[in-house]
Amino acid sequence: MLFTIAPLVTERVTEQPMHIPDGFLSTAVSAVLWIVAVFFIWLALTRSRHALGERQVPLTGVLAAFIFAAQMLNFTVAGGTSGHFLGAALATLLVGPWVSVLIMTCVVAVQALLFQDGGLIVLGANITNMAVVGTFSAYLTYLVLTQIVGKNSVGLWISRFGAAWLSIVIASLACAVELGLSGTSPFGLAIPAMGSVHALIGIGEGLITTAAMALIYATRRDLLSYGPTLSTIGERG
Amino acid sequence: MKRGWWLIALFVALLLAVASPLASSYPDGLERVAEDHGFIDRATEPFYHIIPDYVFPGIPDEALATIVAGVVGTLLLFALGYGLASWLKTQNKSAGI
Repeated sequence: MLFTIAPLVTERVTEQPMHIPDGFLSTAVSAVLWIVAVFFIWLALTRSRHALGERQVPLTGVLAAFIFAAQMLNFTVAGGTSGHFLGAALATLLVGPWVSVLIMTCVVAVQALLFQDGGLIVLGANITNMAVVGTFSAYLTYLVLTQIVGKNSVGLWISRFGAAWLSIVIASLACAVELGLSGTSPFGLAIPAMGSVHALIGIGEGLITTAAMALIYATRRDLLSYGPTLSTIGERG
Repeated sequence: MKRGWWLIALFVALLLAVASPLASSYPDGLERVAEDHGFIDRATEPFYHIIPDYVFPGIPDEALATIVAGVVGTLLLFALGYGLASWLKTQNKSAGI
């Protein structure tokens, strides 16, 4: 028979973010990253109180809502691959690193618990990568870049874009290292593969982050005055 | 007036959730790497399903089910973020700082 009905290749079509599912990371790596996640959540809970004024309460709610919704919107980056917004840099730039850790933890936890996006055993790893590594790579990049390019208007926008871009690349490299440590994928393959695709996705992150901040700049400039400074990190609640 | 800005910002987030069926359906960065390097099959099934894959159960139209899932999640995260921040602010006051 010339024409055979080819078995339908049912490709897994996910329209939405895929965080690390259970099975990708070893038990030891998952356990250690749970400890890291819980430690940083505890730190964030005790240190973020200072950052919360009258305006930051609704801003925290709106940021959590916006980041969740924006994460659903995957955009195509290169032949057959998509990426999505993370939001750790946006949150860090608007409310500082500690509140950002809490916002990102809420988003990632709800995605795992309610939407089955990201595993439960590896939830600590997803929180570590996206809430902790994402936040602090954005925070440190922003501090370093503003020192290099200056704090004039152009310098601030370059620093915001750079912080957003690098937060994606560093968070993805953290994930690659975890895959390597778990024996899932050799370091030599996982690191360049994750890094290169996320170097592209990071451009989207930079564009969305700066666009959102430009919109806020145009309508509620006062909200940008609470951006992170070096002292933010040491504040105790 | 000031409350208006927050409502508009939340509305923008809800608009994004409504637009979610338009999202690119290509595998994302991690999924692509997992497929290319042959470890996608290591992923195990979730322990339970509530709103799997951002498709709200019981709604036959998939686009609508995705929108409902997105709106539910967006509102939930607004409540969670707002609630957590106001609780932490109260803690701040009671700590006398």
